[in-house]
Amino acid sequence: MTSSQQTATQAPETGTAQVPAVSVRDMTVSFGRSRTLVRAVDGVSFTVAPGEIFGIIGESGSGKSTLGRAAVGMVTPSGGEVRHGEVDPFALTRKQLNAHRRKYQIIAQDPNAAFNPRMTILESVMEPMYIAGIGNRAERRERALAMLDTVALSPEMSERYPHDLSGGQKQRANIARALVLDPEVLVCDEVVAALDVSIQADMLNLFWRLKRDFNLTYLFISHDLNVVSHISDRVAVMYFGKIMEIGPADEVMNRPLHPYSEALRSAEPEIAAYQQRSRERIILQGEIPSALNPPSGCRFHTRCPRAVEMCASTEPEQRELAPGRFVACHFAEEMLARFAPDGGGQKHQKVG
Amino acid sequence: MSVTEAVRSDADTTAATAPLLSVEDLKLDLRDESGWVRVLDGVSFDIKPRETLGVVGESGCGKSMTALSVMQLQAPRYSRLDGKINFQGRDLLKLSRRQMSRVRGRNISMIFQEPMSALDPVFTVGAQIRETVQCHFDVSKREADERAIEALDSVGIAAPRQIAQLYPMSLSGGMRQRVMIAMALVCEPDLLIADEPTTALDVTIQSQIMDLLLNLSQKRGTAIMFITHNLALVSQNCDRMITMYGGQIIEGGPVDDVLSKPLHPYTKGLVHSIPDAHRARGTLNAIPGRVPSLRAMPPGCRFEPRCTHAKALCQQDVAIEDIGNRQIRCHRWQELTSTTEGSP
Repeated sequence: MTSSQQTATQAPETGTAQVPAVSVRDMTVSFGRSRTLVRAVDGVSFTVAPGEIFGIIGESGSGKSTLGRAAVGMVTPSGGEVRHGEVDPFALTRKQLNAHRRKYQIIAQDPNAAFNPRMTILESVMEPMYIAGIGNRAERRERALAMLDTVALSPEMSERYPHDLSGGQKQRANIARALVLDPEVLVCDEVVAALDVSIQADMLNLFWRLKRDFNLTYLFISHDLNVVSHISDRVAVMYFGKIMEIGPADEVMNRPLHPYSEALRSAEPEIAAYQQRSRERIILQGEIPSALNPPSGCRFHTRCPRAVEMCASTEPEQRELAPGRFVACHFAEEMLARFAPDGGGQKHQKVG
Repeated sequence: MSVTEAVRSDADTTAATAPLLSVEDLKLDLRDESGWVRVLDGVSFDIKPRETLGVVGESGCGKSMTALSVMQLQAPRYSRLDGKINFQGRDLLKLSRRQMSRVRGRNISMIFQEPMSALDPVFTVGAQIRETVQCHFDVSKREADERAIEALDSVGIAAPRQIAQLYPMSLSGGMRQRVMIAMALVCEPDLLIADEPTTALDVTIQSQIMDLLLNLSQKRGTAIMFITHNLALVSQNCDRMITMYGGQIIEGGPVDDVLSKPLHPYTKGLVHSIPDAHRARGTLNAIPGRVPSLRAMPPGCRFEPRCTHAKALCQQDVAIEDIGNRQIRCHRWQELTSTTEGSP
């Protein structure tokens, strides 16, 4: 059904010979110490192939931003390992790391906070090249203008100050600034969350075009299921510092194997005709628990509609249920069985 | 107390026909250092008792200004309202400030987008709800406290007695929004205006809050004016909807009709710009350009500069038309619907 959109990027998923652009193994990031220790990311593993768009979905407090920051080396993990290609960014000297970082850029959510209000857009876009010592002033200017043109900002706009630009325009400038250093990997942290839906659509088209033209690899972090499932090849669903499920985007959306992914999918409102509206919705009770006091066993058991005693005592292991689909839930096999062909499972089957 | 009850039952008997709120040709001007500027231009709509009306549009199209005008929350020195806001047989614009403040919070109440800035950080949430009760009812402090606790209980807060003694800062976003809802509903208003009540919340919390809001309003017969930019939320929760653009209503009608067959190119654009997994990447239907500045509104149809179907005709003024149970403000809607659907 949606396989047509996947074909273009199928190769990097199956091509195991390739060195992943980013690989993360058993990574833990914690803040604070002893009694106030918070594990924002707790034992997360995944790989992102070159040219792939890897989506990370989660609610606020799930650790998705921390994961993104640690994956590009902006935050030092307290455990596990991160590899950029074959490089361990945390083993580099400071000088090496600074040079290396240029290939791993991050775009933040709020474009208002990302610009110096006293610099014109052009100056802001030129600055990274100045810091990196690339070219002379004329060359930097030319490259910055070219990059602004790529993101559809006119030279006239480039002479303006951030407050003269709309949210969408600022976000474009923000992207241009990340692109001037010719990165390989781009972490997009909630990059369209602050924008109106019509502008958001425009930005998502732009991200897709840039990925194609510059052969970029994205880590696309968002709480918006529609956005992530639209743009990503594969997605990881995070909850409370752990990955609940990883798989191809349309698989995870249409045939979720973890109760949390299923609940997220169900909570996402959809435009539906009246008859369809009565579809059974799973409304999760409660909120994400306090990070200082994580639940025992499966982290999701306090809100999970399927939870039984075992879930509170034993943490489920992450296992591969179908090729490329990793799930950490005691009931994943049962969830999978619902979609078996003999069970009459259609793509939009709903459980009671 | 008995008087207000009489008013309520009076409203109930005429409910079958009369709208609860009827806004007619509302115009709003605001003033800043460079003078007056028209923000709302001839906004007319009705809300029937028990009905949920969705108001959609991009930022800056006048959704929130419409809500604030119904409540008359703009500073009088810097704003000018014109038109009629009929509510339960009275024109709210003709009321004195005192009379209006009796309506606010009692008959019409409002929930804002960002609960942290709507709650007072130096009072406990219990005290803030109690204050609302004491403003409108002649009850003892103890009685008001009891009602506040009942209200917190009704919005699904476990241990309401303890929560009532907390300050807003110690509550999560979802809890704060529950407190706001408790405060808005504690006086059992007839109309609730909810301005982006779930925009700042996670999707799982959003579904809890929407569920709660609809259940409570259904139980109490409260009508809701629901302002949002999220069309899917409107689709799932509203009876009728209006689309706003540039300070005007450009389309209105029953939710299912409007969303399945939008007549205005702008509504159509909004519906088609929602990303989903089934649409090929890079092909989302963005609406080019941006909402025009209030001081530089295009002369004719306000959407004309961004509309892909615009013709010379569109530079002329366009009035809103009634067609059956729908309204539309577009010169070319008939042509456009017949061509896009290929009907004979």
